[in-house]
Amino acid sequence: MTIIFSMDGKEITAEDGKTLLEVARENGVDIPTICFHEATTANALCRICVVEVEGMRTLQPACIVRAANQMKVQTRSEKVIRARRTILEMLASTMDLSDAPEIQKMMIEYGAKSDRFPGAERRESQVKDDNPMYIRDYSKCLLCWRCVQVCAEDAQYTFAINFSGRGFETQIGTFFDRSIPETSCVLCGQCVAVCPTGALKPKREFLLEQGMSPQEINVLNTGRKKRR
Amino acid sequence: MSEIDLTLLKPAIESYIPLGRSGLLPALHAAQKVYGWLPQEVAAEVAKALHVPLADVHGVIEFYSLFYNEPVARNFIRVCTDPACALKGADGLLSRLCKQYDVEPGGTTRDLSLTIEQSPCLGLCEQAPAVWATDGDQSTVGDGTQEAHRPRSAVYGPIRELTANCGQGTTTLAKYGEYAAYKKALTMTSEEVIAETDKASGLVGRGGAAFPTGIKWGGAAKAQADQKYVVCNADESEPGTFKDRVLLLDDPHRTLEGMCIAAYAIGASKGYLYIRGEYPYIVPVLENALNEARAAGYLGQHFDIEIRVGAGAYICGEETALFESIEGKRGFPRVKPPFPTTSGLFGKPTVINNVETLCNLPLIISKGSVEYRKIGTEVSPGPKLFCVSGDVAKPGLYEVPFGVTLRELLNMAGGVAGEKSLKAVLFGGAAGAFATSAHLDVKLTFEDLRAAGLPLGSGVVMVFDETRDMRDVLNRLGKFFAHESCGKCYPCQMGTQRQMEILERVAKLETLPDDFARLQDVGWTMTEASLCGLGQTAASAVLSAMKLWPELFQVGRFES
Repeated sequence: MTIIFSMDGKEITAEDGKTLLEVARENGVDIPTICFHEATTANALCRICVVEVEGMRTLQPACIVRAANQMKVQTRSEKVIRARRTILEMLASTMDLSDAPEIQKMMIEYGAKSDRFPGAERRESQVKDDNPMYIRDYSKCLLCWRCVQVCAEDAQYTFAINFSGRGFETQIGTFFDRSIPETSCVLCGQCVAVCPTGALKPKREFLLEQGMSPQEINVLNTGRKKRR
Repeated sequence: MSEIDLTLLKPAIESYIPLGRSGLLPALHAAQKVYGWLPQEVAAEVAKALHVPLADVHGVIEFYSLFYNEPVARNFIRVCTDPACALKGADGLLSRLCKQYDVEPGGTTRDLSLTIEQSPCLGLCEQAPAVWATDGDQSTVGDGTQEAHRPRSAVYGPIRELTANCGQGTTTLAKYGEYAAYKKALTMTSEEVIAETDKASGLVGRGGAAFPTGIKWGGAAKAQADQKYVVCNADESEPGTFKDRVLLLDDPHRTLEGMCIAAYAIGASKGYLYIRGEYPYIVPVLENALNEARAAGYLGQHFDIEIRVGAGAYICGEETALFESIEGKRGFPRVKPPFPTTSGLFGKPTVINNVETLCNLPLIISKGSVEYRKIGTEVSPGPKLFCVSGDVAKPGLYEVPFGVTLRELLNMAGGVAGEKSLKAVLFGGAAGAFATSAHLDVKLTFEDLRAAGLPLGSGVVMVFDETRDMRDVLNRLGKFFAHESCGKCYPCQMGTQRQMEILERVAKLETLPDDFARLQDVGWTMTEASLCGLGQTAASAVLSAMKLWPELFQVGRFES
């Protein structure tokens, strides 16, 4: 079955059951996303994809709201832009976005100022380098939840990581902050693959960035000989 | 940690093991009772016994304020420092206690004999400054001078429909009488019962959202499922709210009867009553009432109720976060739809109602909706409870018909205390809005308050006299929301933090240029873009204060 609705004043015909984000992408309408990933369950938590839907009390997340007949959607209204800009400004005041080029691009597009909130407390933490495969730098973590999701029911069923703290102080964490080798982690790398900001990074990439040469890094791998 | 004897754990948590993950909060409560806190070894054993991943157990402990993964004392003193208690000297009381026991707020004495914490609202606002002390299992509550094992109830008002049995200790089943309304409901069809709670009576939810009860029930009744649930939301945590505490402590059977009627109407066989962790003294009262109701045959055959105790999280008053909590998870609100009526607790059709809402049901069914509608107004029928606190002569719980004015309510409460004049009334709680003397003649109904731009919320009327520093009040509201945001959606997770930081500057008279615009952007974005009701109302009171008193936000270090 198909439905007809309007997006930014244009009439759009779409298959019933699709989300506003899916329909927008099919029709070349750009709606930004941060927490959304095709491989993980959409949680609608970053709210950067919010759009204005006529008749709704609040802005609606395009990643989960389904297009419906007669719906009137604005993807770039003044309200939408104000919300996206403020969310981006709060992000920039909270975390290290240096490894998040997509978000940096959004900041320019929405005129978001990285210094909008002077004196703001940032979420800073030490790099956790406790296993041979990847490092965890939670100063760069924007809490998109994807790593927790792929470690759990969305992919791996390993359940090595969850959350610590609450509210602004939330952080991704292991059982009583144990090191990764002490957890159920199987080093599958799915969490690293879905991390959007370099908070989770392959160890080799991290060491190269630290200025080590590939030769020096290989010397570190002394534990195992190549099979010939 | 060699002194931790893990053999003590098994008997304490045994009964929760069959519940699996859903038994996690009760098991952690039980484990904490044994060890005083939750050491790593204990958490790991609980995880193993309940088959919950270790990381998830840690995540749950970390989420709830009343679970501790570091050593604390078995004896606690918690002092509420939210606005109503602050007016009555909570800060001074807290610092005196800390000095007396030589400990910082949030700290534990060196000999591990006492932990002192400041606490969000304890639901004792009419006896401010509220103190909750625990001595092992025994709780004591009071205002720092008068203390008892159960708080006294101060109940007033021109009508006593919902509070007919309140104010004289707990009403036993013998005194409450039979569940006459439930018996009457059983002679009606479930459609007839729902029709009575729907447009006939005009009942809407009393927890804050004012959603029509009959629509909720009708939706859940229609849903096809092998199992349905009725949940009573007794996670009363909105600062300034204490009505459910009084209703449950003094008249537990009224709520239980309401749940029985709901269960019959929608076809549910199982109910949960989720009560906040800060009301431990109500739990034995409820357990006793459940046993009385079982012995009388009202519960246990077609429908039974299980009590669940929260662990310090305001967000769990949000209905879907409350479901998550019963399921043994962090209290993250879910995205809606799906709505609870089709996919609620454990994914099953669920009706979730506030305590006061449920207490209206025996009234509606026994009187009939026509009689019920003689109380209140056309659009807002029925009786309503108001939690009056702050600078009034007689703070307490007031039962009135919808339609009395704010002035009339304040007069009942003896007016502003100390012959001072009125500065403001915080309406609806921390998630509410401020009113001033200009609103004194507004009728307390849904329709009149909406027109005046004031939320009824959970019935909070917190009064501030002319001498009060509203900047300090706002600062406390900012801290409250930053403490209680669950951290799921970005607008609220970061917005409550940024809002708190700006309000701290406002309180210190150190406002920066453009802080007004910053606060507006943050507040607007939380309101418009947050995932749940907490974030959507976390700026409500602040934004209303910005409209009423913009000058409060304008003092500070302005660069020329």
